[in-house]
Amino acid sequence: MVETSPAPRERPLSPHLQIYRWTIPMALSILHRITGMALAAGTLLFAWWLVAVALGAQAFAQVHAVIVSWPGMLVMVGFTFALIFHFLNGIRHLVWDVGLGFEVRTARLSGWLVLGLAVILTGVTWYLACPLAGGAP
Amino acid sequence: MKEQTPLSRAHGMGAAHSGVQHFWVQRLTAVALIPLVIWFLVSLVGHVVGDYDSARAFLSQPLAAALLLLLIGAGFYHMKLGVQVVIEDYIHTESTKIALLILNTFFAVALGLISALAVLKLFIAG
Repeated sequence: MVETSPAPRERPLSPHLQIYRWTIPMALSILHRITGMALAAGTLLFAWWLVAVALGAQAFAQVHAVIVSWPGMLVMVGFTFALIFHFLNGIRHLVWDVGLGFEVRTARLSGWLVLGLAVILTGVTWYLACPLAGGAP
Repeated sequence: MKEQTPLSRAHGMGAAHSGVQHFWVQRLTAVALIPLVIWFLVSLVGHVVGDYDSARAFLSQPLAAALLLLLIGAGFYHMKLGVQVVIEDYIHTESTKIALLILNTFFAVALGLISALAVLKLFIAG
């Protein structure tokens, strides 16, 4: 290989995702992006719902049927988690922006706190929402 | 030309002359969204989830309409800035990147406007 001169030499790469050991701050940083993109996609449903209410009962019935369907509910629970997680982790980012909480221990702790709270609050939201959801699971 | 060092000309603005605007507005909208998202989630759980009539009744309240418009404004702006960063980070082909950046802006403006119009129509129609 080396004899055929212009063949590019394998250059060392800087460490990347598959090299680093996973840590909670790193995982949540990625999750923040993923949930952000998921929320962006979810705005389609948000807009559809608003427009449907504006259009009338028939249009509303269509969105409602999609939302309370089996996959629709799955999307809604995912959307709720994405919103609550992105919200809480966003506050974590704002705290960093004022220069607080950068110690490794603190950053790990706040990470687990945000993740745990996001799961709990998603559960609480759906526990409260379900009796009102008109027979949905 | 003003008597200025290159450093003082660039100070606070950066090479592109818009400086930390993007960073700042991303944070500004984030702060605005904190109370708005809490209100939105609590309202959805409290009033709207079920049927057409309650959704309509909720959206015809002046306060709900005003807060929803604020949520739409701050939310879609925040979304546009966030998705822009993701595109800039991962798409390295210049033409694809620019096309996606344009689409991103169109998507945010169009969907934000459509949502705002729906809210306005419901508020005005009562």
